[in-house]
Amino acid sequence: MPLKLERQENVPLAGLVAAPFVALAFTLVVGAAMFLAMGHDPVEAFRIYFIDPLGDAYTLQELVVKACPLLLIGVGLAFCYRANRWNIGAEGQYCAGALLGSWLALATHGTGAGPWVMPAMLVLGALGGAAYGLIPAFLRVRFGASEILTSLMLVYVAELFLDYLVRGPWRDPAGFNFPQSVTFDPVATMPLLLDEGRLHGGIVIALIVVVAATFVLGRTLIGFSIELGGSAPRAAAFAGFDERRVTYGVFAVSGALAGLAGIIEVAGPIGNMQPSISPGYGFTAIIAAMLGRLHPVGILVSSFVLALTYIGGEAAQISLRMPFDVTRVFQGTLLIAILAADVLVRYRIRRVEGVRHA
Amino acid sequence: MSGKAATSDSAASGALPPPLLEAIGLTKRFGALVANDHVSLAIRAGETHALLGENGAGKSTLVKMMCGLLQADSGELRFAGEPVVFPDPAASRARGIGVVFQHFALFDALTVVENVALGLAAPGKLPALAARIEDCVHRYGLEVEPYRRVGELSVGERQRVEIVRCLLGDPRVLILDEPTSVLTPDESESLFRTVDLLTAEGRAVLFISHKLDEVRRLCQRATVLRGGKFIAEVDPRRESSASLARLMVGAEVPRTPRVTTHELGEPRLLIKNLTLKGDGSRGSALHAINLEIRAGEIVGIAGVAGNGQTALFEALSGERLGEDAEAIVIDRTPAGALGPTARRALKAGFVPEERLGHAAAPDMRLSDNVLLTTHGDGRIVRQGIVRHSVLNAMFAEIVRRFDVRFGGKDPKARRLSGGNLQKFVIGREVLREPVLLVVDQPTWGVDAAAAGFIRTTLRQKAAEGCAVLVISQDLDELLEFTDRIAVMSEGRLTQPVPVEETSREAIGLAMGGAHGAPAQEDADAA
Repeated sequence: MPLKLERQENVPLAGLVAAPFVALAFTLVVGAAMFLAMGHDPVEAFRIYFIDPLGDAYTLQELVVKACPLLLIGVGLAFCYRANRWNIGAEGQYCAGALLGSWLALATHGTGAGPWVMPAMLVLGALGGAAYGLIPAFLRVRFGASEILTSLMLVYVAELFLDYLVRGPWRDPAGFNFPQSVTFDPVATMPLLLDEGRLHGGIVIALIVVVAATFVLGRTLIGFSIELGGSAPRAAAFAGFDERRVTYGVFAVSGALAGLAGIIEVAGPIGNMQPSISPGYGFTAIIAAMLGRLHPVGILVSSFVLALTYIGGEAAQISLRMPFDVTRVFQGTLLIAILAADVLVRYRIRRVEGVRHA
Repeated sequence: MSGKAATSDSAASGALPPPLLEAIGLTKRFGALVANDHVSLAIRAGETHALLGENGAGKSTLVKMMCGLLQADSGELRFAGEPVVFPDPAASRARGIGVVFQHFALFDALTVVENVALGLAAPGKLPALAARIEDCVHRYGLEVEPYRRVGELSVGERQRVEIVRCLLGDPRVLILDEPTSVLTPDESESLFRTVDLLTAEGRAVLFISHKLDEVRRLCQRATVLRGGKFIAEVDPRRESSASLARLMVGAEVPRTPRVTTHELGEPRLLIKNLTLKGDGSRGSALHAINLEIRAGEIVGIAGVAGNGQTALFEALSGERLGEDAEAIVIDRTPAGALGPTARRALKAGFVPEERLGHAAAPDMRLSDNVLLTTHGDGRIVRQGIVRHSVLNAMFAEIVRRFDVRFGGKDPKARRLSGGNLQKFVIGREVLREPVLLVVDQPTWGVDAAAAGFIRTTLRQKAAEGCAVLVISQDLDELLEFTDRIAVMSEGRLTQPVPVEETSREAIGLAMGGAHGAPAQEDADAA
């Protein structure tokens, strides 16, 4: 018998709240099956993956360090996704921001420039990400090209351009031919918050962004126009909101926050330019945005959940010799589970059947 | 004329033949809504059977169950006395049930014969099919040219294509879903002749409509639904329009009191030579539209759907901008180059035809939907920040003054009934104290009580000095409560004529005026 999805008229609020938790639980079940299949005790593996990292101060700091880019990018993506614009290219905008910001760090390297360098790098990082994000927005507005495809393809353009720079013009001459730039000067580095560890000022910026985004999305006309444009485009045009402006706006915000995340990461935990500056933050942030219900505070929570999968993955690589791909499997399962849970909450599966004889 | 003859013939036959298609106690629920509650209906061979009911009475649901698009929760269908189950439309077609829906499923870019071929299980070669179409055309008087592109056809012609496509399947029961709502009076006449020919051959026709005069002259039997329930089966020829209306509505139908003429003020809307190019295959172009509406009057625009009314509405609301800023003047300010928000600032209010998705965002709360047209108001949005307390106060006032009824405190727009949502949408504009109101299809799909309330409200606004433009396909409504009527056809607008000086016939002629020979019309206008 064929099945069919029927939209539920009355979506229960409890269901919407419960969906992410059900998705998490489902992911853990799939994870347990995976560990068993790989010959590990699932309880032991889960302890190493998800419990141990929460036990000591150093890994807790690392958790924040990993959550920071996810949070920044995820909040930006919430702007796009609320407007029904599917920016899949945050990873590329992250690279573009890191590139433009690093350019200033390298240009001022060894010149004894003052403390204005780091703030200026942040501004350039945001501008670079925004400019890169506006490319798919322009292609959509002008030519009707799917932003899903163009933004995704531009990821590889940015990554390969970055790769070229660090292997070519930006390579440290004293670096034994390693493909990386010089280490940034102290004035071009994110300030650390604590004496020990890698916890840096980026998280402060991210928290300010969460507060600002919550306000803009929830209380302002701009937030309303984004929501309306995503929910009912024709009604938005009738209300007098220009669809093109909304598209440009959300891509600019989303790109700027991804670019900001990029330059903070490079000027913070990494410290110089390298061929690989992200373990897929731009893609993982998509999961953070969806899991956080496209709400900045929700994304704050979900960023930490996803950061934990990174930290646990590193621990499991060391102590269980599991490949890093296990982390990817976790993240992917989580995304599928949250999307499926959403559909099941909003729709009801009905069997299409014939007339019953009364 | 032939219609009358055929009906009296079948009436004379006396004893009832057994039903050809029968629905017994069909029930269909959508969530909490019971769309059909134990509905029964029996159609006999050789009869034209009317299915009567207001919008939302459950007519469409019943039809969809009878043709396999929906499956009943309980109840039974019988075809020629034998129980049948239609899991999909193909099964009902195989049994000999053909349906012509209100919204056509035709490809504009293809020819008539290609469209017909797409709808048939075994179309065969195109020339042979074209010959079959010609044959059908001659037999039933359905003027259709097989090799014309559907995109060039008028709505009436498209409907004939759909009917021909159905007839090629040799159906024993033909279901016509509100067939005349898109036709001019003339086109309706020729449809009725076709229906009479079909029933004379022993086919059964189910004719869905809410136009009582048509039903009374065409149909031998009528099943009346109200609120999803079977109300009565009557012989419409023995009923008056008023008695049928009572069955449909369940109460006397209120008439809007016509306010006697008052002083007209200055022009609030001036349209001068408004011309818009059509976009793509849907030829919704506007040709040199001129119109003046003064404070205190209601001007109606009649016309069959799809003749440029939507384009005109969007040009007036500012959703579609033309090249000439002077083409539209609102309250003495040239507004042709202004967007919707700027036009609202000139105290113009707009109510689109489509409530869900255009006038309101279906998945947003009703209070947020207030913001759609009020965000230009400095009390509600100050420095870009939405003041929810003011917004909620306005929302509460709309609900109170316009009697908007719904469950819960602030539901999503999609959960309101058509009538209540329309009262909300109109109330949202009226409370802004507009000097100009443009309303597209004010009472489409709205129950009679709400429709009466809406007309009275618009009348009252006019009396207060607002200029009102009403675009409607319901000629009776326009004759009932407007002061002057203009007719839109093929993107052109006639000069408005005072209601007292015109007649249904004159308007009907103007509505059909441009149909049939569009090429010539173009030449004339040039």
